[in-house]
Amino acid sequence: MLAQQLINGVLLGASYALFALGFTLMFGVLRVINLTYGFYFSAGAFAALFLTRDAGLGIWAALPLAAVTAGLIAVALDWLLLAPLRRKRAPELASLMVTLGGVLALYSAATAILGPDIRRLPPGLVDGTVFELAGLRVATPQLFILVASFVLVGALVWLLNFTRLGLAIRAMAENPDAAGLMGIDTGRTAALVSFVAGCLAGAGGVLIGLNFNAIHPYMGESMMLRGFVVVIVGGLGDIRGALIAGLALGVVEVLTAGYVDSGLKEAVAFAILVAVLWTRPSGLFGRPALRRA
Amino acid sequence: MTTLLRTLALTLHYAGLFAVDRVDLNVQPGSVHALIGPNGAGKTTLFNLISGLVAPTEGTVLFRGLDVTSLPADRRTALGLARTFQTSRIFGAMTVLENVLTGLQPRCFAGLIATVLRTPAFYREERALVARARDTLHMVGLSARADLPAATLPHGEQRLLEIARAIAPEPALLLLDEPAAGMNPAETAALANLVRRIRDLGTSVLLVEHDMGFVMDISDAVTVLNFGRCIFQGTPAAARQAPEVMEAYLGQKVAARLAARAPRMTV
Amino acid sequence: MPEWLDDFLWTYQNLVHALGINGLLALSMYVVLAVGQLSLGQAAFMGLGAYSSVLLTLKLDLPFLAVLPLSCVAPVLFALAIGVPTLRLSGVYLAIATIGLGEVLRAVYLNVDWLGGALGLSGIPGRAESWMIFGLLGVAILALWAVGRSAIGRAMAAIREDETAAQVMGINLARYRLGALLASAVLAGLAGALGAHSSSFIGPNEYGFEPAVTILSFALLGGIGTPLGPVVGAWILTLLPEVLRGFSDLRLVFNGVIIVLAVLFLPEGLLALRMRRHAA
Repeated sequence: MLAQQLINGVLLGASYALFALGFTLMFGVLRVINLTYGFYFSAGAFAALFLTRDAGLGIWAALPLAAVTAGLIAVALDWLLLAPLRRKRAPELASLMVTLGGVLALYSAATAILGPDIRRLPPGLVDGTVFELAGLRVATPQLFILVASFVLVGALVWLLNFTRLGLAIRAMAENPDAAGLMGIDTGRTAALVSFVAGCLAGAGGVLIGLNFNAIHPYMGESMMLRGFVVVIVGGLGDIRGALIAGLALGVVEVLTAGYVDSGLKEAVAFAILVAVLWTRPSGLFGRPALRRA
Repeated sequence: MTTLLRTLALTLHYAGLFAVDRVDLNVQPGSVHALIGPNGAGKTTLFNLISGLVAPTEGTVLFRGLDVTSLPADRRTALGLARTFQTSRIFGAMTVLENVLTGLQPRCFAGLIATVLRTPAFYREERALVARARDTLHMVGLSARADLPAATLPHGEQRLLEIARAIAPEPALLLLDEPAAGMNPAETAALANLVRRIRDLGTSVLLVEHDMGFVMDISDAVTVLNFGRCIFQGTPAAARQAPEVMEAYLGQKVAARLAARAPRMTV
Repeated sequence: MPEWLDDFLWTYQNLVHALGINGLLALSMYVVLAVGQLSLGQAAFMGLGAYSSVLLTLKLDLPFLAVLPLSCVAPVLFALAIGVPTLRLSGVYLAIATIGLGEVLRAVYLNVDWLGGALGLSGIPGRAESWMIFGLLGVAILALWAVGRSAIGRAMAAIREDETAAQVMGINLARYRLGALLASAVLAGLAGALGAHSSSFIGPNEYGFEPAVTILSFALLGGIGTPLGPVVGAWILTLLPEVLRGFSDLRLVFNGVIIVLAVLFLPEGLLALRMRRHAA
């Protein structure tokens, strides 16, 4: 029983980690809390819905296409909302506010156009087989998310550490002005980071839509709370921290639901967030990020 | 008379470098004390340590005989420490008068309730503050600008406003970070007079400045920093003769000349 | 009261109450923005005030004038729990924690039986009178105006412009930021209690993400130069859906777009007024 709960928790946590990955990447490099992030997630899920249901594509073709769609939306929104503020060197809260307004407009426009109801992906997209190993049960879509999270984290770490683009991104995360002086095109790098983050969110939306089989315009918003908990506990901008914190959060939620009360899952998650803010505001694995003088 | 400001082995270790390395500084009351040294010697960092914006790795700051090393900047201001910044940081959206009134925060005692209820005591304090602010503006020669938005002032006047804002509460010690930067000779001469008047009114001055004529003209004592270390402490006349000071400056000039001659590095 | 005014208030009572309550909410956003912070917790604080006041009325049957001040207790406690740790940090932490607070409280209201679950709490007596709502709004505007034109207001303006310089002026940043957040919690708690007692029902979805962002749009539309700006912003955005039929579907889109446009092009808001910051 406990072993099954732990497995379920890890599988749930993998989806949280997947969701938080791009969010923490954006903060780490661009130094903005980009709240339109949740919308890329919804957009990815809807793109997959239209591609599979209306265009008749299989999931393997739909997944990358949906991810790229979300990535392009992310680039467009970054250019429209955040690039002007970066040029003006506006304070970080201005960027936060602009994405807040943007995401409210996007969610409510999407709801007005698509309707608020919950959609389902066409049946039979993925094999619904449930694996059983030593009495532990794992469904295929869950396994899919777990594998995808690790593959995407691996790809991200590789991109950041072993490519020229990764070098530019890390330079910009360290010091945007110096990166600019060294000939790095910061505008282009920002667009690429947005694209990568948007792709991650879009892929997350497809996979999680697949797992819970529920797609609606506000699905990204309802993930945001988990996203916040994961990035704060893992440390803002810390990719490895986000992966660990995501898995841990999944386990905590499943255990809370199993042994305490399923209605308190969110409350426990939030209590952890507040506890971390009181004790280790830089995240469990991070350096102190106290206000600079 | 006890030393007004004293640092004991003050050290800041930053990214593997000693930005400030075991500095012992003594500023006497009633003096103008200059802190000089080549670029990157750690002068502004030392100011940040003294005013409490940066915490030292090691060492102690004593101000008016009190150990203030662990006090935040706002508490040090309340004890009578004031400063200006290298690039002026006036409140651009406020008027000139409001900037000086904000500098008078250590003299504001009206509580929230008295403020909301507009008690006679509140008005009395507010009137006294405005009068004091106007006096200070008069002293630096900005009376005519009192009601203009501060951001509209020309550069030289913004620097004077920053000084006015800092001296309004009559601090015991004023830290000036390159006050003459960007000023023409006439403005610099007026500034020298202002600094002397500030000292004569009972505020000691510790200043960082590159204009050597200005420094030699107004200082009672000089401390020279190089690579975060204090390499000389004495009178301006002695500083002029000291070989280690010559070396620190000459070394930099030679290096600058060499750099100017070398082809520009491209990255 | 003249008869025509009585008739008018009776017909448009809901709208009139909404104007006053949204005005209070706009002010609760204003006090936080005035110290350069961003809190999205106003809707959550309002929800805490609403739920706690309704429980006090329904379970304990306390008189409304006792309920009203007590409705600020829960918002203030939550503001302390979130504000004390985050206000030491960069501003994004407060924003994140307060958005999270709204989401988590919604989940709690939905899942806890004695808070009514998805059905919410109903049968609330209509005890909020127009004079209470507008009396409090008037007092709040005057108090914030008085604070603005004093040393406290100058300190707040200084913090908003340049935190480091403000600190060097002897201003204790954490004290002002926490004070502003607590004032914000009190105003939102009162607005929540008044709102709950002027409609017969409250539910979990009234205090989530959308209202939180809408309250921000009030303040940004009006501008935060004076306390009047946000109130005017709130009134415009409350009246607009009433005046333009068919607009109400797109109301939230409009509120979102207003925030975007205000941040990008109109940082002072529509009423780009400046108040004098001294009283003599």
